Amino acid sequence: MTPAFEIHDMTVAYHRRPVLWDIDLQVPEGKLVGIIGPNGAGKTTLIKAALGLTPLASGKVEIYGKPYAQQRKMVGYVPQRESVDWDFPVSVHDVVMMGTYGRLGWIRRPGRTQRLLAERCLEQVGMLPFAKRQIRQLSGGQQQRVFLARALAEQARIYFLDEPFAGVDAATETAIVELLQTLRGQGCTVFVVHHDLETVRHYFDYVILLNMRLVACGPVHSTFTPENLQKTYGGRLTILDAAAEAMRQGEPGP
Amino acid sequence: MIGFAWGSAAALALAWPSTADWWIMATGAVTAASCAVLGAFLVLRRMSMMGDAISHSVLPGLAAAFLLTRSYSIGPLLAGALVAGLLTALLTQTLHRYVRLPADASMGVVFTSLFALGVVLITQVKGVHFDRQCVFEGAIELAPLYTISIAGIEAPRALVVAGVVLAINAAVLLLLWKEMKLSAFDPALSTTMGFPAGLMHYVLMSLVALTAVASFEAVGSILVVAMLIVPAATAHLLADRLGAMVLLSAGLGAASSVLGFALASHFDTNIAGMMAVAAGGLYGLAALFSPRYGVVSAVIRNARLALRVIRDDLLGVMYRLEELAVDRRLTSRDAVQAVGGSPLARWGLAGLIRRRQVLRRGETLELSPEGRAAAQQLVRAHRLWENYLVQYLGLPLDHVHEPAHRVEHFLDPELQASLERKLPDATHDPHGRDIPS
Repeated sequence: MTPAFEIHDMTVAYHRRPVLWDIDLQVPEGKLVGIIGPNGAGKTTLIKAALGLTPLASGKVEIYGKPYAQQRKMVGYVPQRESVDWDFPVSVHDVVMMGTYGRLGWIRRPGRTQRLLAERCLEQVGMLPFAKRQIRQLSGGQQQRVFLARALAEQARIYFLDEPFAGVDAATETAIVELLQTLRGQGCTVFVVHHDLETVRHYFDYVILLNMRLVACGPVHSTFTPENLQKTYGGRLTILDAAAEAMRQGEPGP
Repeated sequence: MIGFAWGSAAALALAWPSTADWWIMATGAVTAASCAVLGAFLVLRRMSMMGDAISHSVLPGLAAAFLLTRSYSIGPLLAGALVAGLLTALLTQTLHRYVRLPADASMGVVFTSLFALGVVLITQVKGVHFDRQCVFEGAIELAPLYTISIAGIEAPRALVVAGVVLAINAAVLLLLWKEMKLSAFDPALSTTMGFPAGLMHYVLMSLVALTAVASFEAVGSILVVAMLIVPAATAHLLADRLGAMVLLSAGLGAASSVLGFALASHFDTNIAGMMAVAAGGLYGLAALFSPRYGVVSAVIRNARLALRVIRDDLLGVMYRLEELAVDRRLTSRDAVQAVGGSPLARWGLAGLIRRRQVLRRGETLELSPEGRAAAQQLVRAHRLWENYLVQYLGLPLDHVHEPAHRVEHFLDPELQASLERKLPDATHDPHGRDIPS
């Protein structure tokens, strides 16, 4: 069976400095996947490269066996909450409607079908009572729910969420996790950039461990191991320690 | 853009009959509206200065187009301006992205250099007859002199051009409304959905270049730059839907033109300049009085809050005095002194008396039943909060009064109810006083 998501030998570079080295991975359909790694590990870059937002230095990304450009309608994206201007003059409902634009294509305007869909999606995240609000009046958790509703309105098969739990309240985090599990139940594959190691086992059934290079990718029970975590988080630390020790002694290290 | 001495133009403006005045106002209003609708998107994309940059850097495009074709006809001039405008956008982005110059600096480098090149071209190369003053200030007062006939009506050429530009802008925005909206709000999502934000950026920049060059023959670059930014910034303060913001922006642009014309006639000064000043004035008014962001509105909101806090404090003082069961009754002066003695305190007391929460009894004051009920609620909130701080935050007893005093005004019934759930058997505050129910 074709994997839902596949990366072949991918290198991503900013200004010729590689930030992701030779990534090679496959994820089967219907998994809830945590993308785990320290700050600067390239988690957001991985998502952006998968979505064609960042050019690849080499390699390729495939969604159900085809390049992203041919599979746009199968993919939903939730960028980091801070990436947009929450003073923008739109209502909650307007933002969710944006999720339907991709399927509409150029020029065609959203109609009744799309409006009803947006309302259903708002209901699913418990934000229907806020539909007419200007988005600046929302709390962090509410903003994240609106973004999630917008992703639902994309009616995708694969979702990429960039730090959906950053700065949200506990109730919202639970609600989001439940919703993601529902999506998985419907056969969707969901990728989530995640920071809290404590909750990884509860939330996900698959992990991608990343630190500039791929450390491991596989089911949580066999992949999310102390050894792999040590490789993911430890590599950088030993170098830092060595550098700090060299600085302390006032000369280059051994 | 054929040169006329500015003084004689002003003299003409005064002597013209009012139909000419109407033509000038209409030209200004339509030009302003065509700039302002684009301005809304520039402001939202945080690239207002791009309007400034492009409206300056179209100059070398105009000069080059003239040098190549040796004609003043509109087609080549527009093409030249469009190329120069897009070149500005492209060079700015290239410098920023590949040479890693900060965005504002790269814009500054590109448009000042291109503008200077334009100035050199029009002054040094033989055969180019642009009036430099006209470039800055425009010649809107001369607009009614150059007319063309449309459906039997002799209309100023500048007005017709502005009308066509407005129609083009409106048509493109209507056609690509959802794409423009999405790419301005969330460029990354827009790109992943197949509406590349970069492409939308260049569509917008083309419209800005077109509008800038078509407008500034009539109204000059000062007014173009002003109308690309100021009405949209004003509308952003006032509107909370994109459609409303764009329409309001256009309306404000048109209104600034009419207002500016009236002021310029009154003070006998430069019309285009005054139109831009009027736009700035409207922005100032919005900044002061906009219900959400306005300075005055904020002052009023704060004063209202301060008054409410003072009234609450007065009620609290009188209630606690009653609670101590002493016979002493406060005079107005005592009460005002007890909450700081400021004029605001006297105002607050007057408010309580007007609301009949506090009654005058000769020289002294007493709580009415309604006043007592309100005071009870407040003291209850205060003492519940003190308990909460002791039990849940572990604060020592002598540290809970002040924080409770600050918070008591903001504990609505819903918050009080959740406090009660957290403190099911709170009957006394940490100091041992009754919590009124």
